[in-house]
Amino acid sequence: MPEMKEPLMPVIGVVTDIRIDTPDVKTFRVVTPDGKKAFEHKPGQCAMLSVPGVGEAMFSITSSPTNEEFMEFSIKKCGCVTDWLHAMEVGQQITIRGPYGRPFPVDTEFTGHDMLFIAGGIGLAPLRSVINYCRHYRDRYGKIDIVYGSRSMQDLVDYKEIIDEWATDAGVSVHLTIDREQPEWDGHVGFVPNYVKELGFTTDKIAILCGPPLMIKFTLQGLQEMGFDKTQVYTTMELRMKCGIGKCGRCNIGAKYVCKDGPVFRCDELDELPDEY
Amino acid sequence: MRKISLSKLPELFSAIAKTSALYLPVDTKAGAKFEAWAVGKTLSNALNTVRSAKDFFFPQTENLMDFKVEGKNIELIDTRKECEDFVLFGVRACDVKSFEVLDRVFLAEPQDTYYKNRREHALIISTACNKPQETCFCGTFGIDAAEPSGDIVTYRTDDELFFDAKTEKGKKLLDALSSITEEADEKAVDQQKALIRERLQKLPLKDLKTEGFGSGKTAEFFDDPQWKELSSACLGCGTCTFVCPTCQCYDIKDFDTGHGIKRFRCWDSCMYSDFTKMSAGQPRLTQLERFRQRFMHKLVYYPTNNDGLFSCVGCGRCLAKCPINMNIVKVMKALGGREDA
Ligand SMILES: Cc1cc2nc3c(=O)[nH]c(=O)nc-3n(C[C@H](O)[C@H](O)[C@H](O)COP(=O)(O)OP(=O)(O)OC[C@H]3O[C@@H](n4cnc5c(N)ncnc54)[C@H](O)[C@@H]3O)c2cc1C
Ligand code: SF4
Ligand code: SF4
Ligand code: FES
Repeated sequence: MPEMKEPLMPVIGVVTDIRIDTPDVKTFRVVTPDGKKAFEHKPGQCAMLSVPGVGEAMFSITSSPTNEEFMEFSIKKCGCVTDWLHAMEVGQQITIRGPYGRPFPVDTEFTGHDMLFIAGGIGLAPLRSVINYCRHYRDRYGKIDIVYGSRSMQDLVDYKEIIDEWATDAGVSVHLTIDREQPEWDGHVGFVPNYVKELGFTTDKIAILCGPPLMIKFTLQGLQEMGFDKTQVYTTMELRMKCGIGKCGRCNIGAKYVCKDGPVFRCDELDELPDEY
Repeated sequence: MRKISLSKLPELFSAIAKTSALYLPVDTKAGAKFEAWAVGKTLSNALNTVRSAKDFFFPQTENLMDFKVEGKNIELIDTRKECEDFVLFGVRACDVKSFEVLDRVFLAEPQDTYYKNRREHALIISTACNKPQETCFCGTFGIDAAEPSGDIVTYRTDDELFFDAKTEKGKKLLDALSSITEEADEKAVDQQKALIRERLQKLPLKDLKTEGFGSGKTAEFFDDPQWKELSSACLGCGTCTFVCPTCQCYDIKDFDTGHGIKRFRCWDSCMYSDFTKMSAGQPRLTQLERFRQRFMHKLVYYPTNNDGLFSCVGCGRCLAKCPINMNIVKVMKALGGREDA
């Protein structure tokens, strides 16, 4: 019996690095006690992290699968588990189980295409994994555009990596925006959906949208006005989760479980779900 | 086919209990309940237990694992143990069917090993329902109360109990009981089946149909205006989900004992307001959405994911227990009775 693998049983992870991204987001690097990755994953998949005694919570694996040394999670402070994670120090052990969910179709539908990534706030977390995957296998994809916005300059997650690595890559264009003017900011100011329209992309691309529900709604509308078909647009859904494996009954939208049939959905697939998210 | 005189039931139970733990329905102040057999305990005559038999495979709370935390280090303790063999005696047709409904959730990949462990060590002895009651509508879901599934099926006449072994496991146990049972022909059982089927035909809910519900019907029922009226009095107490043999939602919670952390799984209910609550929002804002979820799950979502099988077995427990007298039968009648359906 104990040799049967139990899906709810986690493994131990050690936090080896903590990066402060924004006033309420930190990025945590996690490996097993013997210094390896806890498991392999695909871009867009998630993992259940836990602090025993506090609880478990689901997070996107923000590092790319091509990173062979560690996994990373960008976590926004907003409750019991996330507060605890934000308060801990390097060397702390946590538990981790996964990977969960249907990933982005990076090796099928996405191959050979120009990619347009659009993220708001912490929504960059799941996209970072795909972006770095596409950058790693650069010749498999066309031109890459990244539109990313946050409340303020301080709220942009992964800012250093965006400026130092993504923006300097050939064939990658980064378009940053913040909601309101700031003295030290000389980039674009305005909300993501409007900025996407202003930038005016050609429609021969795959678009991936991730962020707050309203941002997704308006950006999708904008993309459709520009001529994008819903079958070209992907997004991720977030519902409350406990098991991650379609059994606890918590994360369904109609007959689909976001934890196993999602979190990645193509936007036309969302039309088939009842309006309850 | 084997049989035993009803007067020899204590002998039967004691013989089974020698091979493994035995649980059977006994009468308590709170109604019939599955309990471990012990000398002196007698089989309940009630049609069914107040709580369903799902508790044996999916208990209300269970310890999943333990943790020891020391400084920054965590030790994970796998507390799983091989379950002992046990016999569940007197399970009704509806409840036996509920195991299949639960199997499709817990034994789907990746398999739940806690559930699987108990399931593999259980032997089910079912009993055909001589006196189905007014709240029974197992027939609606294709269940025949005259011929339940199980490792061994039993039939009760006025003075005898008949055994029909259906699986290898069941045959083995029946062989082990051969010294106290005797050979029987099928005649009495056939008569009993005919009598039961006659009674089933007289039940008030015998005409309730699943037609119209089932796989792929989400759009048809989701926005039905009747959900408002149907759900208006629902208290969100969750009683219906707790007594239901097929409801399977759960929560995972940690408890600090002072000497370590215990992680528990416990039943949860989609009828509760905080079930899907998130910091960013709440997809099911009012009781209407929660109420709709429970019934859509049983009548549409579950069948969509499980080859048309419904997640209700017509046991009638929710009919008996809901404090405001709302239930799946009323929902089915209201939604299925539409002119445009
Ligand atoms: C598929 C998926 C991917 C996610 N990826 C990330 C990520 O990469 N980075 C990140 O910071 N967060 C992510 N989240 C959200 C994260 O799971 C929640 O922020 C976290 O569960 C809150 O836990 P807590 O214990 O800190 O809060 P709690 O103390 O449990 O609750 C605080 C508030 O958060 C609500 N809450 C509970 N569970 C969730 C949930 N799953 N989602 C949203 N709110 C919840 C509570 O109801 C309460 O209102 C993801 C969620 C899902 C489902
Ligand atoms: S919904 Fe009601 S009748 Fe159906 S199985 Fe559950 S408790 Fe029994
Ligand atoms: S339907 Fe009845 S038993 Fe179920 S939650 Fe509502 S009031 Fe409670
Ligand atoms: S998180 Fe349990 S069913 Fe999706």
